[in-house]
Amino acid sequence: MILLDRVSKKYPKSSEPALDKISLHVEPKEFVIIVGQSGAGKTTLLRLLTREEKPTNGKIIVGGIDYDKLKDKKIPMLRRKIGVVFQDFKLLPNKNVFENVAFALEIVGASNEEIKKTVPKVLAIVNLSGKEKNMPSQLSGGERQRVAIARALVRQPKILIADEPTGNLDPVNAWDVIQVLEKINRFGTTVLLTTHNVEIVDKLKRRVVILKDGKVFSDKAKSGYKL
Amino acid sequence: MSRKTNTFKRILKNGAVGFTRNFSLAAAAIAVMSITLTVILFSILASATFNNTISQIRAKVNVSVYLKDGISKSDLNNFTNRLKEQKNVKSISYISKDKALAIFKAENSNNASLMNAVSAINNPLPASIEIIPVDINNIQAIKTFIDQQKYSALIDPQAGTSYSGDRKQAIDKIANATKIIKEAGAAAVAIFSFVSVIIIFNTIRMAIFNRRDEIKIMRLLGANKSYIHGPFVVEGIIYGLMSGLISMLVIYILFAGSANTLQATSFGLLDISYAENYFKSNLFIIVLIQLGVGMFIGAISSAVATRRYLKNKIK
Repeated sequence: MILLDRVSKKYPKSSEPALDKISLHVEPKEFVIIVGQSGAGKTTLLRLLTREEKPTNGKIIVGGIDYDKLKDKKIPMLRRKIGVVFQDFKLLPNKNVFENVAFALEIVGASNEEIKKTVPKVLAIVNLSGKEKNMPSQLSGGERQRVAIARALVRQPKILIADEPTGNLDPVNAWDVIQVLEKINRFGTTVLLTTHNVEIVDKLKRRVVILKDGKVFSDKAKSGYKL
Repeated sequence: MSRKTNTFKRILKNGAVGFTRNFSLAAAAIAVMSITLTVILFSILASATFNNTISQIRAKVNVSVYLKDGISKSDLNNFTNRLKEQKNVKSISYISKDKALAIFKAENSNNASLMNAVSAINNPLPASIEIIPVDINNIQAIKTFIDQQKYSALIDPQAGTSYSGDRKQAIDKIANATKIIKEAGAAAVAIFSFVSVIIIFNTIRMAIFNRRDEIKIMRLLGANKSYIHGPFVVEGIIYGLMSGLISMLVIYILFAGSANTLQATSFGLLDISYAENYFKSNLFIIVLIQLGVGMFIGAISSAVATRRYLKNKIK
């Protein structure tokens, strides 16, 4: 589902590479946690997968799409296939909950009927039924993140990338969000989660990839994480 | 409904919703646009009004050619026909000796001694041809034509033409001054318009700068460029539409209101009643200009400003 082959990324103004010859293979329906301290390269890795950045070297193939052959024009198509959840939610501030989730469907040209049918279902999955008309500013951090997950989920992506989705949440809300991610994974979506929350990693008991100084430090199935 | 129609409807709707939900930002942008569009409209009206005043002054300038007594009719016809063919001659009219005397009498009816003097002798006034030039800045061409040797037998050597001496200087001064004022008016409209466009563009750019994160989020969600900048363009058009209407309302209140309530006919040099009439009689074209310019600048500014963030900030 996701294949990275000796991928490096060096930013022009930095002396050290952010990622140094990383190789990673993620199977379909897998739940992979990527951990590492700040600056280890977690976010860079995800930005490469969403094509916000281009690698300096190496090959990336996601869902059968070879990024080397991906034209800039086709980037929106790629992003429509990947669901992404961000630490800072990235909700559209002038759209209400329903509209934020519906936006993901609008841009792929879904019909109004389809939107009216699908969005409430997805909002129910993330326990936000009844909050459709609320603006993001009227929601708690946990609720906002669940809107973001609903938005990522509504297009039924094969892959869901969650970049520190619990980073801005208290423990109770954080665990709620993780449980939603697990639920999504059970439905068959490949989940890639970055975090540095030790508790979550230990509790999940899933495959853990530890990044250190831009390299894969360890890659273990059902591992825990100790900094 | 086809997918394209659906997308188009959504762009319109998102633009309208964006406008209402960012109202404080929209209000600020509309305020600035209204002021600048009002300045443009005011300068157009002021320029039209000044031009009218200037045209009236220029229309009063004419040149008279005084003729010798007793010239033949054929010579006179030949001369007037040639004169009419001159490029800068708009129209001519022949004033006979009798008519000149009648005019003189009418103008001086209160001066008894002058009337007696004129009556006592034969008609001393020469016949003349009154020429209205096309362009008063180019009277010299007419004078050169008249001064040709072949016409010297027709023209009164003492009176000659009225375009000479002090009168020539006065005409030239009026011609130059009015020409400069007219050009300055056109330049002012052009400068105001240019500055206004720059101000409007920057205002909209600032409004979109405040919402650049939205654009980034939409890109990350996989929205294509037209779907992102479409609603911003719609918002820009709404800004232009509203500002255009406000500017016309302000001008209408300013001219019609002050003309009606203050019974004023002029604002300093500005002839209010003419400006008001001009506004009313050219309402259709003014509406077209104000709304068209406002909407066009709004749309273009939004498109350019949004594309900036679509192009450079993220891939």
